[in-house]
Amino acid sequence: MRFIFKTRYEQDLNIARHGGDWFWYGLLLVLMVLAPLVLDLFYIGELTLVLIYAIAGVGLMLLVGYTGLVSLGHAAFLGIGAYTNAYFLGQGWPFLITFPLSGIVAALAGIAIGVPTLRMTGLYLAIATLAFSIIVEKVFSHWSSVTGGFDGLPVDAPDLFGYELWEPWQLYYIALVVLVLVLWGSANLLRSPTGRAMVAVRDSEVSAQSMGVNLAWTKTIAFAVSAGITGLAGALFGHFVQHLAPDSFAILLSIQLLLLVVVGGVGSLHGAIYGAIFVGALPQLIAIARDYLPPAVSQIPGLEPGLFGVILVLFIIFEPFGIYGRWRKVKLYFDLFPLYKKATFKRQKAYLKTERLR
Amino acid sequence: MLINGIAVGCIYGMIALGFVLIYKATEAVNFAQGDIMMLGAFAAFSIIALLGFNYWVGLFGAILIMAVFGYALEALLLRPVIGQPQFAIVMLTIGLGFIFRTVAGAIWGHDPSAFYTPFTGKVSSFGPVVIAQENLAIIIGTALLCLVLYLFFTRTRLGVAMQASSQNQLAAYYMGIPVKRVFSLIWAISAGVAAVAGVLLSPLTLIDPGTMGFFGIKAFAAAVLGGFGSIPGALVGGILIGLVEQFAGRYLPAGFQETSAYLVLLLVLVLKPSGLFGQMAQKKV
Repeated sequence: MRFIFKTRYEQDLNIARHGGDWFWYGLLLVLMVLAPLVLDLFYIGELTLVLIYAIAGVGLMLLVGYTGLVSLGHAAFLGIGAYTNAYFLGQGWPFLITFPLSGIVAALAGIAIGVPTLRMTGLYLAIATLAFSIIVEKVFSHWSSVTGGFDGLPVDAPDLFGYELWEPWQLYYIALVVLVLVLWGSANLLRSPTGRAMVAVRDSEVSAQSMGVNLAWTKTIAFAVSAGITGLAGALFGHFVQHLAPDSFAILLSIQLLLLVVVGGVGSLHGAIYGAIFVGALPQLIAIARDYLPPAVSQIPGLEPGLFGVILVLFIIFEPFGIYGRWRKVKLYFDLFPLYKKATFKRQKAYLKTERLR
Repeated sequence: MLINGIAVGCIYGMIALGFVLIYKATEAVNFAQGDIMMLGAFAAFSIIALLGFNYWVGLFGAILIMAVFGYALEALLLRPVIGQPQFAIVMLTIGLGFIFRTVAGAIWGHDPSAFYTPFTGKVSSFGPVVIAQENLAIIIGTALLCLVLYLFFTRTRLGVAMQASSQNQLAAYYMGIPVKRVFSLIWAISAGVAAVAGVLLSPLTLIDPGTMGFFGIKAFAAAVLGGFGSIPGALVGGILIGLVEQFAGRYLPAGFQETSAYLVLLLVLVLKPSGLFGQMAQKKV
């Protein structure tokens, strides 16, 4: 076990805890860069999808995991990002402009929905985003002059400096670069005063307010950043599927994103990545599971949403900190062997935390 | 059309009532309320159409089954999450909603189904006004239900105990109220109310796992409009939402009927977030 002896307060704010972190993350990055050289086309596609999920997951993680707000409508921001990007690309704008634009538009939509609701308790945000995502889905299907309505909208290839990037591995690299930038930016945000204010709001609104944190401002920033990052993921998602349809941004996708956050581990950026891998692999796992299940079970129509529900419920009850939480427990077990105590991570019995006066 | 709006609104009001009961008492929001209503309707369907009992047996049987179901749900699944951050309960109930929908689809199939009610296809006329009896049944049913709930909460020991534990959990505990059991009972009542809503609604929209969940989301609009946490507010909000939806379908372009409830919800949040009957107060330390 490595003990970190802190001699300066600044060490608390360092982006990596120790040199080992730089080594392992660097190694991972090198492997990710080399992956398309050895992998099959199918796996490149799957990895790209995982990267896109991870970007959206980081966006949602900032909101759910770090600010403690739940959004049930992140699919709407994904959709807004995707449609913005596709529409302006179709108008002949370069990708380097439309891509950031999709993030900005999604962030603005986030502010528009966030400002009225963030004055209230987090519950209202969940309800409002749910309503918002249903409205947005309807807008996608009825505003045919921009979104193509039910026929959908074809997405042009991203272009960089005049080159059109049609190949799957090119999209893979774009997604990888975006993910690294987003992760780096989020890690930096989280060690900045704003990020720490977000965590304070999550832990206790009252004490955060007493310490001088502007609640509405912090929540709005968190929501805008989250929506913006999700919008970026949406733009890439549009390139991945190459044809946008309104019903691909329904509630089920929002639930999938929440599943990602919960399964990965609420309150950690690692969790977003683990969750993305899980959600990306889930359709394959379900397909494999179908072969082994009795036909009476595997032939149930609409099995997937039900399975999402089961996984969500099991994780919330038995492992609220998700895969990352489990990993930390396992790691600590070996670090402290044979002195590991089960009570280290035991959840304390808590009374109902009331959020109202009466 | 007015009556139709009021009738649908009563359904929204009843589902919203279910939210509000649970929210007032346990500070949790049950995102699976619409799905519980669907299960209630299916329970009645099984009793009436498959087992061949009479409508009233079906209605009360469904209420009983759903009440037991709600009690068990709270006791087994939701209690471990009490005291955890709010999103845990939100996600848990969402997950449960999806499970219910899949299970219902697996058991009863995804085709819309219906059962015979004594009201189907009949009309009553009051002078010049002609009202379909299905709508009349919904309105009268809601009124009766409200009366029963009102009497229960003000006149019985258990009802007062429930009010007490919703106002101050710890103090209620000190007074010897079994708060845990009260919470389970609240869930039971809420599920029972949902069952009534489901059974009354089933002649209007056929029972099917897909659509009934959406009623749950629209009922949020009703609850928010009435001020989350106010029981009369939930009903008034529900009726208003029902009316808005009817008139939007008549006078506004296509697409507005389905979204009008959500637009109202967002408007309320912008203009008057505490709702019509809300009593929001800042938390004190």
